Amino acid sequence: MPKETTPESGRIQARFAALREQGRAGLVTYMMAGDPDTAAAQAVLEGLPAAGADIIELGMPFSDPMADGPTIQAAAQRALKQGQTLKGTLAMLARFREKDADTPVVLMGYYNPIHSHGVEQFAADAAAAGADGAIIVDLPPEEAPELTGPFAAHGLHLIMLTAPTTDEKRLPAVLDHAGGFLYYVSITGITGTRSADETQVAEAVARLRAKTDLPIAVGFGIRTPDQAAAIARAADAAVVGSALVERIATGDDPLGFVAALAEGVRGARP
Amino acid sequence: MTKALNTYRAGADERGHFGIFGGRYVAETLMPLILEVERAYADAKADPAFQAELDGYLKHYVGRPSPLYFAQHMTEHLGGARIYFKREDLNHTGAHKVNSCMGQILLARRMGKTRIIAETGAGQHGVATATVCALFGLTCVIYMGQVDIERQAPNVFRMKLLGAEVKPVTSGSATLKDAMNDAMRDWVANVDDTYYLIGTVAGPHPYPSMVRDFQCVIGEETRAQILEQEGRLPDSLVACIGGGSNAMGLFHPFLDEPDVRIVGVEAAGDGVETGRHAASMTGGRPGVLHGNRMYLLQTDDGQVVEAHSISAGLDYPGVGPEHCWLKDTGRVEYVPITDAEAVEAFQTVTRLEGIIPALESAHAVAQAIKLAPTLPRDHVMVVNMSGRGDKDVATVAKALGSDVGEAL
Repeated sequence: MPKETTPESGRIQARFAALREQGRAGLVTYMMAGDPDTAAAQAVLEGLPAAGADIIELGMPFSDPMADGPTIQAAAQRALKQGQTLKGTLAMLARFREKDADTPVVLMGYYNPIHSHGVEQFAADAAAAGADGAIIVDLPPEEAPELTGPFAAHGLHLIMLTAPTTDEKRLPAVLDHAGGFLYYVSITGITGTRSADETQVAEAVARLRAKTDLPIAVGFGIRTPDQAAAIARAADAAVVGSALVERIATGDDPLGFVAALAEGVRGARP
Repeated sequence: MTKALNTYRAGADERGHFGIFGGRYVAETLMPLILEVERAYADAKADPAFQAELDGYLKHYVGRPSPLYFAQHMTEHLGGARIYFKREDLNHTGAHKVNSCMGQILLARRMGKTRIIAETGAGQHGVATATVCALFGLTCVIYMGQVDIERQAPNVFRMKLLGAEVKPVTSGSATLKDAMNDAMRDWVANVDDTYYLIGTVAGPHPYPSMVRDFQCVIGEETRAQILEQEGRLPDSLVACIGGGSNAMGLFHPFLDEPDVRIVGVEAAGDGVETGRHAASMTGGRPGVLHGNRMYLLQTDDGQVVEAHSISAGLDYPGVGPEHCWLKDTGRVEYVPITDAEAVEAFQTVTRLEGIIPALESAHAVAQAIKLAPTLPRDHVMVVNMSGRGDKDVATVAKALGSDVGEAL
């Protein structure tokens, strides 16, 4: 069941409500904070809403990203090498919020930098910077109780992952902690490697919908506007990460790519 | 000592926690697999046929029990405690690693898994894993950092001879921690047929407890052997700690003996004060990596720092969660030994006893060399000779300023 949220943290609900009204799915884009450098990353971040991103996942770089493929590993290393820190990532978000009060931003990363910062302090600082929630890849429901209290106190959503390996017996434990939206990892594998089968994704989403009212976003392996459109027919949102991170790394018109993805998602349903 | 517990051997709890340490910090995709390992291990542990099969292989294939050897010349040389070596270096494949590999490979077979993956640093765990895979005809993929592949070439060739595929890891610092990252990435992509054979008492629950259980044969044998040879329990135990599996295997059966002093030896590299070390408990703070909370070498920002040790097997930025808990409860002392001290001890024990120790084990010997002269002559100390040092002779030659060919 969706958690109660405070007015400050209602951007995710407001965005999905608007999408439902428009009769379309959303585009969620992932980028790594501080990659390839602070200024370039800030410019991409600030350009994402106008390019068509409905929700933004802002990656917090970590030295040991165990669930990520080579593209996002390399992005994290570039960001760390040029001095990106958790505080720097939150500062980036705070600057973004000076210009955009509506687009939901979800921080995505691994637990140790948050643990090191202090869970309470992280929740307070992330909320103050304008975050709506966080996806912590290596925090399954078994360990999630460490965060639920501080997150709830600051109106942050803990966005939980489900995977093809998450069976019916296990799903309630995941949903018990889930807020904001549910992130379905469409493949068994790491980010940016292989692509999901559209039919299997549709079946999985239907299975999840029977158990939750939360909006369902699908990610991992979505690389093209056509693939994003296919996912958008089945789910409430399609997440694109590695393919965008590659274009940011090479400077190959990342915002133009986001616009093409957005066009795909917006035209997906008749 | 914070408080005296009724037992130090009860952990982990049902969620895999040792106090604040341990746990299961992995991606959701892996959680169901880890729960499957936990169930399968609980079944196996309760099945006498499984233990009987394991005991058979340990006896006839690994060569157990390993001897407990009274190191007469070291004892005379140091002029204090009576020093015994638990000879894990005499196991098949030359180290304690095979104890846990044998247990886990039997478990993997029981689970119907056909493909085995593992990480390795120095290559000892990789060789032990490749060995048991060859024995049972299972596909074997070993992840090894590119940097380690270059400095441990003989072990790489050994693994290939045994039929394993050795996958070079170039991400991050291209060492053991990155090899573990890539092994986890492999597992997440091969969820149906693959078993991840972790080499130490770290990783997500149940691995720290399971690997400990398989390594406890070291301490259980030691207990029986010292009772036979000395007629009483030892006064102290000393073992080196990377992830901590050889030490946990020796220590655990003695944790509830309050009169047995227990000392774990961390790799201090160039010295803890230099920042170039692998002493997670002396120089790190609690953090989360590779599925568990443990003492971890990390920056103020929570980024994992590369470890440094002359011993590739101790070159890891974390340490098993049960050790972290034993440190915080005060039951076990953890002390640092530098590269230089280990190399000195390596030479001393080689000359005096005719035993070439692994550089890892030389750290434990170095601590024994420090402690023994301060102790009375009736003090009985057991040092875990966790592995043999043939693999390390080139490294030691280099540390002494020459290459192997001209060192003599």
